[in-house]
Amino acid sequence: MSGEGRLTRYGLRFVALFYLAALLLLPIGVALVKTFDDGIGEVITQITKPDALHALKLSVITVLIAVPLNTIFGIAAAHVIVRTNFPLKWLIGAIIDMPFAVSPVVIGLSLILVYGTGGWFGADLAAQGIQIIFSTPGIVMAVIFVSLPFVAREVIPVMQEIGTDQETAAETLGASPWQTFYKITLPAIRWGVTYGIVLTTARALGEFGAVTVVSGNISGETQTLPLYVSKQFETFNSVGAYSASLILAILALGTLLFMNLLRRRED
Amino acid sequence: MVTYLSLIVLLPLAAIASKAFSDGFGTFWDAVSQPQAVAALKLTVICSLIVVAINAVMGTLIAWVLVRDEFPGKGIVNSVIDLPFALPTIVASLTLLTLYGKDSPFGIDAAYTKAAVVIALLFVTLPFVVRAVQPLLLSLDRDMESAAESLGAGRARIFRQIVFPNLAPGIAAGVALAFARALGEFGALVLISGNVPYKTEVASVFIRGQIESDNIVGAAAVSVVLLAVSMTLLAFVNLIQKWGLRHER
Amino acid sequence: MSLSSSNKSKRSIQALLLLALIAFGAIVVGCGSSDDDGGSGGSGGDKVQLVAYSTPQTAYEEGLEPAFNETDAGKGVSFSNSFGASGDQSRAVEAGQPAGYVNFALETDVTRLVDSGQVSKDWQDNKYKGIVTNSVVSIVTRPGNPEGVKSFQDIIDKDLEVVTPNPFTSGGARWNIMAIYGAAIHDGQTPDQALDTVKQILSQAPVQPASARDALQAFVGGAGDVLISYENEAIAAQNADQDVDYVVPDSTILIEQPAAVTVDAPKSATDFLDFLWSDEGQKIWAEQGYRPVNKSLVDESKFPTPKDEFTIAEFGGWDKVADEFFDDKTGSIAEVEKELGVSTEG
Repeated sequence: MSGEGRLTRYGLRFVALFYLAALLLLPIGVALVKTFDDGIGEVITQITKPDALHALKLSVITVLIAVPLNTIFGIAAAHVIVRTNFPLKWLIGAIIDMPFAVSPVVIGLSLILVYGTGGWFGADLAAQGIQIIFSTPGIVMAVIFVSLPFVAREVIPVMQEIGTDQETAAETLGASPWQTFYKITLPAIRWGVTYGIVLTTARALGEFGAVTVVSGNISGETQTLPLYVSKQFETFNSVGAYSASLILAILALGTLLFMNLLRRRED
Repeated sequence: MVTYLSLIVLLPLAAIASKAFSDGFGTFWDAVSQPQAVAALKLTVICSLIVVAINAVMGTLIAWVLVRDEFPGKGIVNSVIDLPFALPTIVASLTLLTLYGKDSPFGIDAAYTKAAVVIALLFVTLPFVVRAVQPLLLSLDRDMESAAESLGAGRARIFRQIVFPNLAPGIAAGVALAFARALGEFGALVLISGNVPYKTEVASVFIRGQIESDNIVGAAAVSVVLLAVSMTLLAFVNLIQKWGLRHER
Repeated sequence: MSLSSSNKSKRSIQALLLLALIAFGAIVVGCGSSDDDGGSGGSGGDKVQLVAYSTPQTAYEEGLEPAFNETDAGKGVSFSNSFGASGDQSRAVEAGQPAGYVNFALETDVTRLVDSGQVSKDWQDNKYKGIVTNSVVSIVTRPGNPEGVKSFQDIIDKDLEVVTPNPFTSGGARWNIMAIYGAAIHDGQTPDQALDTVKQILSQAPVQPASARDALQAFVGGAGDVLISYENEAIAAQNADQDVDYVVPDSTILIEQPAAVTVDAPKSATDFLDFLWSDEGQKIWAEQGYRPVNKSLVDESKFPTPKDEFTIAEFGGWDKVADEFFDDKTGSIAEVEKELGVSTEG
């Protein structure tokens, strides 16, 4: 490699790492230091409190519902957007991105307007004895809402990138659309899917604003981990708050690790 | 697929839109044209634009370094990229305040200024561009680059003519998402931005105030404007993506 | 190539199926667990569903609820606790969040539930007019009050940086504004001059956090020279080992925090509210930093009554004040914030 090339490489590396350090690594470092302010024993005491464990369980259940549904939806949506052609197609693409453009507080409000008492379907649902808002289904819906776009958005560029040559070839050789999809397309887009799942999981784990509006925020019942964290800050239990945040970070990192392992096995 | 989208996204958004116009267009216009709303919207849009511009450059650069470069600790850096999503936004707010607030170890006191809004937004939107570009870089065929290199093309030219057009759709997608997220962000800002009306109050905090004043119509109206702004940018991004595709063929 | 690719696709398909299975399984578990929660909530009247504003969380969870369980009426009663911003909590109950007992920072948050028919119209027909605790608006300072602040006017005279929540996002913060306004009126200012005083103090606020607790956190984190907040917030901070002091100005407003039971609340909720008003309950409130509503229980050494203490009734009560001062378009405080914004823009 030429000297100039090496210089560029080091330069880029330096800029990228400096930026990441200032914006991301240092804040995370600060959070870590604060977590262990009172030693590791205190961290363990904090995260094994019943309310913390219940919040963890609720967060995990929510993620296990929201992420798979959004993944399947995202792949399907990406396929429709990239590989089919119909008028108003752009509209679907736009709708998929919408959840990000809405302030989380408003997302919560909008769900209440539809599914809450006095909402569009609220009365009918209540008559059936179904409670969506201020219960687990409401939390899951809020989380699905905020993390909906990721998989589609990750997969779309990759699908465009790989082009249609292989797919067309497969179809000429007599493969059904479904066969083509899972034999050619799916393996090719797996990078996009991986990052999509990782981002969806991270976002689903961390969501606070929308969930706080629809959950009712009852400790030990409808409190997810981020709500629990915020509650701990409010009661000046910062070690408890940072410890619970650490769990969220570990869950997110765990997802990435898991996806990497899966992929390594596939390759 | 349509049902899923309708139940979870479309119906609630339709409810907001219908709420925004429930008292007629006049009320809608009054709500979004009042000075406090205009100031909040202006601040939000400007900060978000700055944020996505920085993201487009730095995000691509980070993705590049993470895919093409090798250095010790790369795996760790790569794995923490997504943490801004997973950490509760209040944690982001507090740690950024420790680092760039009054007691900043670097002597940078940005707390309660517009710069603080930008820093907080940069934090929460960091993963978008990086993670959108990374898969493209990974699946990018390097043969073309080495071919160009052997034909004597400079690195800058290779990047501009071969790499960049291939990454453009990803950058565009990442920018679009980051912009939309920046427009709507609330949690990461509450402690680090000053929240002072007309100065450091962003749109989502203004919306929060409208809800607190039981002015749901006003809150819905401002949300609709935010939606419209991001739709415009998305349409624009769509065009870029088409350009990228054409370039490739 | 074909072998490996078909292997890959098989894996991919398996992965997709697995995802679907996970989602299905989680839905079953999730709904199952939510049924459990609902079931225990509906079973008989031995559970009080408490919905309250953020501040008294510690008071309830560590003081009042355990003490109530010790009484005859409270034996075996369990609680489900929900805490959050006062207005949010009230709107949530209106939108269907199950609630038996509610406690808010502002009377208008109870009025909302009276309007929706969830709280009886006669909720104020009792000895304490529906108010369960009192407090006063106070000035929180750095340890030892280095600036020597004693009144709201001092904040202006000494040109101090002040932290007070944004009055539009925090309903509770409106007490602060009314305290400053009332103190100015009692100092002989005209209503217009008093609004100018409010304006001056707001102009010295570089940060107006979204809620009272956010404001306290910002102050503890180093923002501002003084914080305007409830006395009970300051005591809560001290109880949690935060390094702050506070001053009760001679002229300040008495904060009245209302509580009520909902119309379909179980008897245990009413029992709980009665307990909160009992001498024993009021004493626990006092330990947690709240002023008892039963004046005979107020310990003057801990809670000195300000020389010039006024109430919101002086300005026509919260319904009127909410319209006149805090309407987001026509209210005088909206006007003040607007003038501030315009004068400093650019």
